[in-house]
Amino acid sequence: MLSGGQALLHALTVEGVDTIFGYPGGAIMPIYDALYDFEPNIKHVLVRHEQGGIHAGQGYARSSGKVGVVFATSGPGATNLVTGLADAQIDSTPLVCITGQVFAHLLGTDAFQEADVIGITTPVTKWNYQITDATEIPEVLAKAFHIARSGRPGPVLIDITKNAQLQKFEFKGYTPCDHIRSYRPKPIVRHEYIRAAAELINKAQKPFVLWGQGVMLGSAETEFKAFLEKTGIPAAWTIMGAGALPSDHPQNVGMLGMHGNYGPNVMTNECDVLIAVGMRFDDRVTGRLDKYAKQAKVIHLDIDPAEIDKNVKTTVPVWGDCKETLPLLTQMVETKQHPAWLAKFREFEQKEIDAVIREELFPASGEMTMGEVIQQLNELTKGEAIIVTDVGQHQMVACRYAKLNQTRSNITSGGLGTMGFALPAAIGAKFGTLDRTVVAVIGDGGIQMTIQELGTIMQSGIDVKIMILNNQFLGMVRQWQELFHERRYSFVDITSPDYVMVAKGYGIAGKSVNQREDLTAALQEMLHHPGAFLLEVMVTKENNVFPMVPQGCSVSEIRLK
Amino acid sequence: MSEQAHIDREEYNITVYTENQVGLLTRIAMIFSRRKMNILSLNTSPSEIEGIHRFNIVIHETEEVVSKICRQIEKQVEVLKVYYHTNEDVIWQEMALYKVPTDVIAEKVKVERLLRENGARAVVIRRDYTVFETTGHREETDNLIKILQPYGLIEFVRSARIAIIKDSDGFNRKLREFERAEPSHEVVENEYLNSREKVFSM
Ligand SMILES: Cc1ncc(C[n+]2csc(CCOP(=O)(O)OP(=O)(O)O)c2C)c(N)n1
Repeated sequence: MLSGGQALLHALTVEGVDTIFGYPGGAIMPIYDALYDFEPNIKHVLVRHEQGGIHAGQGYARSSGKVGVVFATSGPGATNLVTGLADAQIDSTPLVCITGQVFAHLLGTDAFQEADVIGITTPVTKWNYQITDATEIPEVLAKAFHIARSGRPGPVLIDITKNAQLQKFEFKGYTPCDHIRSYRPKPIVRHEYIRAAAELINKAQKPFVLWGQGVMLGSAETEFKAFLEKTGIPAAWTIMGAGALPSDHPQNVGMLGMHGNYGPNVMTNECDVLIAVGMRFDDRVTGRLDKYAKQAKVIHLDIDPAEIDKNVKTTVPVWGDCKETLPLLTQMVETKQHPAWLAKFREFEQKEIDAVIREELFPASGEMTMGEVIQQLNELTKGEAIIVTDVGQHQMVACRYAKLNQTRSNITSGGLGTMGFALPAAIGAKFGTLDRTVVAVIGDGGIQMTIQELGTIMQSGIDVKIMILNNQFLGMVRQWQELFHERRYSFVDITSPDYVMVAKGYGIAGKSVNQREDLTAALQEMLHHPGAFLLEVMVTKENNVFPMVPQGCSVSEIRLK
Repeated sequence: MSEQAHIDREEYNITVYTENQVGLLTRIAMIFSRRKMNILSLNTSPSEIEGIHRFNIVIHETEEVVSKICRQIEKQVEVLKVYYHTNEDVIWQEMALYKVPTDVIAEKVKVERLLRENGARAVVIRRDYTVFETTGHREETDNLIKILQPYGLIEFVRSARIAIIKDSDGFNRKLREFERAEPSHEVVENEYLNSREKVFSM
């Protein structure tokens, strides 16, 4: 006989879960009680807020490729997960969240710490389920893991009433699930479409590849590279796809979208065949849809049939896991080079370097720019670090300029754009990949949203590098106010505490720099410090991120200034 | 919304086959409400297959929107299959119940004739009231309201629409073909209706 709580932890060990991020409370106490006996096989990280817990779970999942597991208690604990669930849902991050719930006989009575968690989380989960009887635990858990990690991954929430956690039952073991009748994680690959796609690619004069996170979610980096190298097609990435192909690969022509590179945005409206791999044509990438790649035939490779034709009409849909479809496609395409076409991207790149990049990365005078900080970081980490970014100008600058030699090195809140994401996500990312350097790049606004997670760093002793780019503004909002609201700076002037003192209060080493000549040494100190380190870099106050596709404009109307 | 989109809107019958699962109705309903779309009619009940439920949902939209919605519905873990059809492609019915004072019906021979003409059937006859039932398209059931109104209609209720897809393949076979969307061949409607006796001999 096992209790529901014990059965749950058994299930987690069989699923290979090694780390859980969580916060206890009355309604999840039986599970925490069972957890007491499972240490040290399962490591539990006590966060400071459930939002921190779920972002840590996301960071863990994104860096390791495994399912992130999060515990929270009922009511307020569970509702604090909602932002992270929405974030994980839109960014397709595999999570299994376990929330405690009041006793089943109290459900629906407005009992203490009761909330309709299933109702609240339905729109932000791939699947959710409430367990009121312990005997359901093994089967439901197995389904939860299968759903979270298969097909297009996503967050799953299991709400377990306290009586079910306590209830003893005859545990007949745990079998992972690999099939659910009504659930088809992967569409069947249709070879006629692969053929049609190959034909289009072979005939194309100016083909262009856009890739997104799907390449990484499918662990198809090698297959993707093989496809690119055989076809010689230039390829650009969405911020969720960053790093799936190394930054310095000769066919990598840069970042797409609102703050992406000039060339790939403009050339989207010049290519004849557009091949989208594991990306979903988000509006931050496409700008105005009615002026987006109208001249091009579109091939869309995606595992989620609902993405096909959702925003951009496709000529050939290639349904399926790109790990399977890409090799089939590679087999059928001709070996080619597109030197002249590729050179055009490089011409635009030069134009962008002259107009924006050189000044941003190598300013001769004046206050420090965010770009030069990232540039210095690149030099010192040689593109091997995991960069976790928060949301704002620094996020766009980091995504644009970070060198990423390895896959799963860029962790950011792409779809929901959640401020407060980076600090906890970096903690999770480090737990997911202990052998890699993890640097969180955060704005002075975003750090203050989940700054309490410094406490998690303190207690768990995890080694994350925290870099605050302090421009003394909610920079991205200020940029929009400058450009689109006649410089009416309404509530974007944000003051900061003494971050080094705050860090010190948490027993974390720190430093603040505001002179260019001190930057390199400070970055070195941060990177070489044994253990966590907080570095604040004072950067110029009113810098703008350019290029930019203004809202409501087409991608070819991208502004350099 | 553009002019064209308005013109292209029509009634679509969405058929959803699902597992019998608590909370799924909310998930499906949310797909519509999130897009600020109104559901005109919704019926859900067990299907002919053990454990599988069937939803009939009617909305007024363009085909493009409907097809996207259907893919979102099909994405739900417990949804097995979704189809959508225009009114021409389904046979559909709604059921209506009418409560009328019995004395009026009993006294007025004309009412009885009108009821018969409209295919109404008495379900309950009590001293104080009688309940009639009729099934049909909206205009037909509406028509009987108009007829009964002057005779003291007490209460009226109409069910959601249920619809049978004309394409004869049915779900059992589709389940096996799941991924293939081959067009099925034409079926002549009411082919056997005139020779019912011969086809359905006892
Ligand atoms: C939770 C949340 N609230 C508000 C916003 C809106 N928002 C987007 S960027 C931004 C400014 C961020 O400022 P800061 O963290 O200082 O970074 P910077 O842009 O200066 O690099 C704000 C307020 C958001 N993305 N997330």
